[in-house]
This record gives sequence, structure tokens and C-alpha cells, in this order.
Amino acid sequence: MIHETSFLAILVFLFFAGAVLAISFYLGRKAKSAQGYFAAGGGIHWAVNGVAFAGDYLSAASFLGICGMIAFYGYDGFLYSIGYLAGWIVALFIVAEPLKRLGRFTFADALDNRFNSRGIKLAAAISTLVVSCFYLIPQMVGAGALVQPLLGFPHYVGVIVVGLIVTMIVTTAGMVSTTWVQFIKGSVLVVLCAVITVMILMRGVTTKPVDAAGKERHVAARQVTAENLAGTPLPEEGAWTGKPYVRVKDGNGIVTVWRKEADGTFSETQTLRVQKDGHKFVNGRPRGKQEGEADLMPVGYASKLPGDVEKTGPLGPLAFLRTMQESEVILWSSEKITEPDGGTTTVFFQKPTAGEDFMAPGSSPTFKKVRSSKFFDKLDFLSLMLALFCGTASLPHILIRYYTVKDQASARKSTVVGIAAIGFFYVLTLFLGLGAMTSGALDVTDSNMSAPLLARSINELLFAVISAVAFTTVLGTVSGLIMAASGAVAHDLMTNFLKMRLDDFQKVRAAKVAAMAVGVIAIILGILFSKMNVNFLVGWAFNIAASANLPALVMLLFWKRTTKQGITAAIVVGMISSLGWILLSAQAYKDVYGLNPADAIVPFSQPAIVTIPLGFLVLVVVSLFTQRTGPAAEPKREPELATAS
Amino acid sequence: MAGLDFKTPVTREQEDEAVVAYNTRIGLYLFTSYVVFYGGFMALSAFSPEIMSRPLLAGVNVAVVYGFALIIAALVLALVYMKISRKSAQ
Repeated sequence: MIHETSFLAILVFLFFAGAVLAISFYLGRKAKSAQGYFAAGGGIHWAVNGVAFAGDYLSAASFLGICGMIAFYGYDGFLYSIGYLAGWIVALFIVAEPLKRLGRFTFADALDNRFNSRGIKLAAAISTLVVSCFYLIPQMVGAGALVQPLLGFPHYVGVIVVGLIVTMIVTTAGMVSTTWVQFIKGSVLVVLCAVITVMILMRGVTTKPVDAAGKERHVAARQVTAENLAGTPLPEEGAWTGKPYVRVKDGNGIVTVWRKEADGTFSETQTLRVQKDGHKFVNGRPRGKQEGEADLMPVGYASKLPGDVEKTGPLGPLAFLRTMQESEVILWSSEKITEPDGGTTTVFFQKPTAGEDFMAPGSSPTFKKVRSSKFFDKLDFLSLMLALFCGTASLPHILIRYYTVKDQASARKSTVVGIAAIGFFYVLTLFLGLGAMTSGALDVTDSNMSAPLLARSINELLFAVISAVAFTTVLGTVSGLIMAASGAVAHDLMTNFLKMRLDDFQKVRAAKVAAMAVGVIAIILGILFSKMNVNFLVGWAFNIAASANLPALVMLLFWKRTTKQGITAAIVVGMISSLGWILLSAQAYKDVYGLNPADAIVPFSQPAIVTIPLGFLVLVVVSLFTQRTGPAAEPKREPELATAS
Repeated sequence: MAGLDFKTPVTREQEDEAVVAYNTRIGLYLFTSYVVFYGGFMALSAFSPEIMSRPLLAGVNVAVVYGFALIIAALVLALVYMKISRKSAQ
């Protein structure tokens, strides 16, 4: 679908980006020391930090990806919401307080507290960098994907703009400005989504969708009999042989594609043909908005409502969910057909789906395997849910946020505020997603745009604001990640591992240089990976974070015989095994290398269910082999008061 | 030594071992109860998805009710923890 550039969206975006930068510069003048730069002086109020947790955590993937997945497939997107939130339980009950107690600036600090081992510092710093980079890729790709339709820039321009703004935020003021960016973004996002949810409920569900101006939208034809197909059917040939489609040529020579249904009737499809020379055709006409051109039409409406009414009118939250369950909605699937001349045609076809089906797990391609009877297929689902559960408390940009508050009680309180804000948001995602599903405004080619398009179906200003918030969402998360990565370089690698003697000023400068370098890397990766699925990449990051960091963190806290060699080995093995597993999975074969997924070496795509236990096992075995006897085995504690050197 | 390159001394929080041990134990109990609840959801989704689509509360199905319950339970447990955990004497 071609999106019209919205001047209102550009204006609102510039306002948001400008406000965020202004705050950064203002606060930047206050943050001069290393403590100020990395941990905001430990002086952030717990409530602000709590909302900033939400800002950090509700990334582009959470917001755009989950809404899009629910809008396209139903309940399965909500599984991510549940998993992402449940992860906070690990953060609150297991990780938050000890981490605050043991560390100063970074995750490596906490791990290394008892040992003062260069091996741990190096391993933890590398794992922080790897996870941050993996988590950065989807954010940058998401940024580019947003800029393209909204502001009319090409993908790479979006990536570069976001990369530059974020690097500026991070280098001006470090953790203070990053925290305030998160705070603003987190609160605006949650409030805005609540407003949209109320509007969705007021609108109710209809079988005759209208646009924001009240104009009725086109509803794709179904159950058309053969004699009513306008035009002459073409013979099945080439790539079309054996496919469930018939191509019909009308009086003007325009070819449209109809899908053969099981009952012998035909239903309207939408086609996007890309010729070898790059020219695009929609439904047989050149793609565009001019006379004689065509574009993919927006979709998403109910085809049958309970009681066979046309419109439900305003609904309460529970009534809305019940109505969706008892309705039938036209979802869209697609099939790509490669023609002998090298061009491809993607056929988007209607799939009337009962609410009973899409309101339960297993209706999307990602999770459909839970309905299969094969055990390995189910493991894939369980493994992803485990990765989401364990991954949150292992994400470096979440972990460093515990150092911005003054004590353990504040760490606890800010986590509770975070859980409240994030939980509320995730409850809303189900309404937003289902609202988008029936908004009549979806783009069949891009699920990530569902939330902004839902807003556009209500009104233009809402669309402008939500687009701007989506941008700040990306900005916020990316700045947190770059902050974590620059801390890993300046504090863990340079100061602690390489033992470079840096004073406060040099250390902050090193971190800023590192932030710029990571920013450039993020821009490059964002451009390179522009074609990859955003949610898939986030899943990877959670898997790697959980496998590399969680065993070390948990065992350090709960097993007295843990040794430094055990921790180092667990991080290295967890990181390499999960990374390796992902790169050898069917998903990577298909999406990354373009190979046959059936040839993949590992039996399922999500490694967590294997690699997290492996990390624990390695830690225990290595620790047992490296025990020292006698009193030396007693862990040595850091002094309570850290003084100047 | 880690992080000792500062001009000003940074005070560490004074902590009472007994308080830390008490909070850790409470945290583990609450954590375990949530793991069981979450595990139940994973098991139901994976091994009997047909139960998930049955209506449970006001016509809303098990999948949605259980999902909302998991989110609300996280907040409730967090509040309970905040209420009963202790703070070290300063």
C-alpha cells in the first residue's frame, strides 16, 4: 500500500524529536561525572525510573510488532505480551535487589563483585555488546520501516536519522537524558493507547467499515459464481498451474486474479506484481494514485457478527472480546508466485476466520505448531515462551536501569511501577490489535503499520501523534541500548579489563566515543538487515540474553560454590550455543541464507529450552572442577565503601 | 579494582543480612507461585489448545481470561512483595 505523506505527522514528529533533544541538552549540562553519566548519579526518583522502565521496554517490536501480529492473526500476538510481561517477575523477585546490591554501573560489575576476575569482565562485556547489537537491529529496522511510509523517505534515511538523533541524545547527557526520554515516551505511549482503546470500544465492530471521513470502504467480493466473473478466464500455465487461482482478463486487457473456493465459487484477491525491471503492478494496473493506476486497498473487517447485525455500536471491554469471539473476520493470507520471466506476483487472498479460531493460541504461522501433534513442534513454542520469561531480566539495557535509583527499596518500587505501566499497556495491546483487525485500514503488505493505520482510521491527528510516539519509542529503546553498550566498552572493557587508567573525564569521553561507534554500527546493521522480520530478531535477542546471562546471574546469587571460571564458562557457552543454534535453525536457513529450511541442522528454531539449562550445567560442572579447598574458597567481599584511588 | 576510579567517595547502602535473607526468601516463594501459574498456561497452550477456546467468564474464553490473569497476577504479586518485604535500617 502506498501511504500518503502526512504533513501533520512530520510536524508532530519534529516537535517530539525537538523536545527530546532539548531536554537532553538541558540535562546534559548537569551530568559531568562518570557516576552521573552512567547511572544518572543514582538520583532518579523511583516513580520516574519505573515509567522509564516502561519506556525502555516497550520497544518498537512490542508496540508495532505485537499490535500487527494480533491484527493479522489474532490471539497469538498476545502470547508475546504475556511472555514479555511475565519476564518482569524474574527481574523483580530474583535479579533487582542483588544486582543493585552488588554492582555499580554495569551488569559485569555485579557478576564480578565477588571475584575481581578479568575473564568475567571480558565475557560479560562481550555478551552485553552482542545482546545489545542483536536488540538494536530490529529497532533500527523498525525505525526505517516507519519513516518510509510516514514521511516519504527511503528506508536508509530513516535508519540514519534515528541513528544520529539517538547518538546525540546519548553523548550529550548519558543516563540522565536517556532516562527522561524513556519517561516521556513511556507515559505518552501508555496514555495514548488507552485513549485509542476507548475509541475502539466506542466504535464497536462492523461489517461495513468506513474511513475517518465517513466514506464507506470497498469490501472484497466473495462467493462469486463462474458466470459472474467479469471477463475471460486465462488458461492455467507456467507458475499458475495447479494453483487455486483463476486469472480473468477483462475488456480492457486488465488481468485480475480470483481464488477458487472449496464450494466452487470465487473470491476477489489483490495482486502485487513486481517485474524484473522493478516496475510494480497492482491488480493488473501500474501501481500509483493517478488515473488508470491502482493500489492495494486497505482491509480488515468482520464478515459476520453475532445476531447477524451490521454494526454492534459501542461495546464494553468484555463485550468487545466476546463479540470478536463470536464473529467471523476476513483475515488475509498471501502466496508468492515466481513467474518464468523472473517477475513475482504476490497474491493476497481472503481467509474468513471464525473468532473461536483466532481468539485462541495457534492461529498464526509462528505458533500454529502448538496445534500439531509432533512433540518437537511444541518444544519450539515452549522454548520461545521460556526465552521471553527469562530474557527480560537478562537484557543489559534493563539491568543498567537498576543503577539509576538510590537504594534497593527504590529498585523494588520502580520495578512495581514498571510492571503496572507495562502490564496495563500489554492488556491494551489485545484491544488495539483486535481493533486494528476490524478497522478497515490494514495494509496487507505490512503488519508493522497496523497500529498507526488503526489510529488513522479514527482521525488524522491521532495518526500523527502515534507515528511520532512510535518514533520516540525507537529513539528511547535505541538510546538505552547504546548506553548499555557504551558502558560495557568504557567501564568493563577499557577500565576494568584492559586496566587503562582513565580519570572521570577520560572515562566519560571514552564512553561517548564508544556510543558514537555503536551508533554507526547500529546504522549499518539497520540498513543491512532491512528485509528481516522485526519480531523474529527480537526473539533472537531474548534467547541469547537469557542463555548467556541468566545462569551466571542466578547461580552467583544462589549457589555459594560458584567460581569465576564457572561464571565465565557459562556466559561464553550460553552465548555461543544460543547464537550457533539460531544460525543453524530452519528459520535462519529460510530467512537469512535462502536455503531449504528442511535441511536445517537443529530440530527447532528457538534455542532457550536447551541452551539455558546448558548454561546452568556448564556453570555447575566447571565450578565443581575449579573449587579451591580450605578457607580460600570463601568468597571475598568488596569493601562497603568505595573510595577514590 | 572495579569502579574505584572516582574522585568522590560513594556510599554503599548499609544492609542487614537478616533483612536481605528474609526478602530473598519471600521473593523466591512469590516467584515459584508465579512460575507454576505461567507453567500452567504454557502447558495448556501446548498440550490442550482446545480447552483454551472454551468460554470461561462472561463468554470470554480461557485463553483471554488466563492471559489477563497472568498480567494482573504479576502486578498483584509485585504489590504483595512491596508490602511485606523489609527495608534495611539506615
